[in-house]
Amino acid sequence: MLDLNGLTKTYKTGDRAVNDVSLSVPKGQIVGLIGPSGAGKSSLIRCINRLVEPTAGRITLAGTELTGLGPRALRRQRRRIGMIFQEYALVERLTVMENVLSGRLGYVSFWQSFTRRFPPADIARAYALLDRVGLLDHADKRADALSGGQRQRVGIARALAQDPELLLVDEPTASLDPKTSRQIMRLLTEICAERDLPAIVNIHDVALARQFLPRIVGLRAGQVVFDGTPADLTDIALTRIYGDEDWDAMRRAEAEDEAETREALAARDAMVLA
Amino acid sequence: MTDATDHLTGDRIWTWRTPRHRLLLWAGWLGLVALFVFCWQVMTRGTIWAFVQDAPRQAADITDRMFPPALGYLPELMVPLWDTLNMATLGTMLGVVMAVPVAFLAARNTSPSPRLLRPLAMFVIVASRSINALIWALLLVAILGPGLLAGIIAIALRSIGFIGKLLYEAIEETDPRQIEAVTATGAGPAQILTYGIVPQVLPTFWGITVFRWDINIRESAILGLVGAGGLGLKLQASLNTLAWPQVTMIMIVILGTVVVSEWISARVRRALI
Repeated sequence: MLDLNGLTKTYKTGDRAVNDVSLSVPKGQIVGLIGPSGAGKSSLIRCINRLVEPTAGRITLAGTELTGLGPRALRRQRRRIGMIFQEYALVERLTVMENVLSGRLGYVSFWQSFTRRFPPADIARAYALLDRVGLLDHADKRADALSGGQRQRVGIARALAQDPELLLVDEPTASLDPKTSRQIMRLLTEICAERDLPAIVNIHDVALARQFLPRIVGLRAGQVVFDGTPADLTDIALTRIYGDEDWDAMRRAEAEDEAETREALAARDAMVLA
Repeated sequence: MTDATDHLTGDRIWTWRTPRHRLLLWAGWLGLVALFVFCWQVMTRGTIWAFVQDAPRQAADITDRMFPPALGYLPELMVPLWDTLNMATLGTMLGVVMAVPVAFLAARNTSPSPRLLRPLAMFVIVASRSINALIWALLLVAILGPGLLAGIIAIALRSIGFIGKLLYEAIEETDPRQIEAVTATGAGPAQILTYGIVPQVLPTFWGITVFRWDINIRESAILGLVGAGGLGLKLQASLNTLAWPQVTMIMIVILGTVVVSEWISARVRRALI
């Protein structure tokens, strides 16, 4: 479905953020991209829809080569690629509905989008998506009136409104609490399964990646240093990706964290019930 | 800041400023005092002290002649007042129409050509800001002849720089992530502008416009002094005929108008934020 071939990005400063990455994602597969800060995860997924212009290499999406396209052709291809962002990146002062409909911008004329006269089919789809992510009642609220988890759901609905063939997801849970993070990851994996959508998910939370993503790619200094299943992600592999660290202690801390979260939630539920 | 150590205790010494910095600061203050003394001398050389000593009596005399204000003059002021309000409002609207494109050309993140059009737009903004509305009116009255049109255009020309500058700064401060997200959907440049940037700057835009309208009401009240119509024209006529009670009445009307416009603009801005 998606093929990256020798993808390289060198910034003007000389930083080689992405270094000769070759990767292939088949239809319906979700790939987690892990790696330390500055490993080039963000640059890599932005190269795919050319928000960041790659320096070298080839990107092929279902047979269409994305590198070297002119502005108009690139916009047509971007419609096929939905993107979900770290801090939601919703247009804060527009309503939830307008944000979801903005996923259709590549399909409608400027005048249609300017006057907000979207085709009825687009509006029906937007309502269906809002229903799917559980925000049907919030359609006419302004985006900045929602909570973090709700905003990310709007972000997901916007990406799906494009009717994409590929999802690029940049740190979807970075600004969310552990429970909401898991809900969002569950929603993402469910939606990808429903639509047989391939996705690349940047994620810095290794535990979360392990729990939800069937394939994990480790990036270090712009290069792929690991590609396998969560079971393959041993301490040796983690050291290859992140450098030396006491992984056992980290895992224990994570388990404690989760137990704590669970306890806190249970306590809260008990209080609500009482 | 410095890396020195105390000779006796061996502790590290930290000072806020380096000796060089302290010296420069002293020199700066000294220069400022010297300039003040010099300016004082220039000022007093050109002053006729007999007049200054006379000032309180003169002020009392004029105040005496200014009161009571000529209330009967009020109906005659209504048409010039209406002219002044129109001059400010139409001038602001014309200024906005011209300032918005200039702002988008001047903002680093939206300018289509940072090398050529951006400096040009910046020049338009600086040129407009550097010339007072009164001077614009003086020039335009000479070109267009006296009347409201000259005043409207003078207000508009002065407003371009003000609105353009504040708006392009607001455009540059927009959140790039929201714009990136709209770009990623496959939106065209005009759609990125209307979905990614306009919603972010709209409240600031209205705030700036209402603020400028409020300033323009004050400015248009005096533009008549150089023949651009409105209350200023009446003010000049009354001053020329030494009709002091009428002058007071005009000043009261200007004050009242400014208070009302200030109140409206404060309300609008509060509603936007």
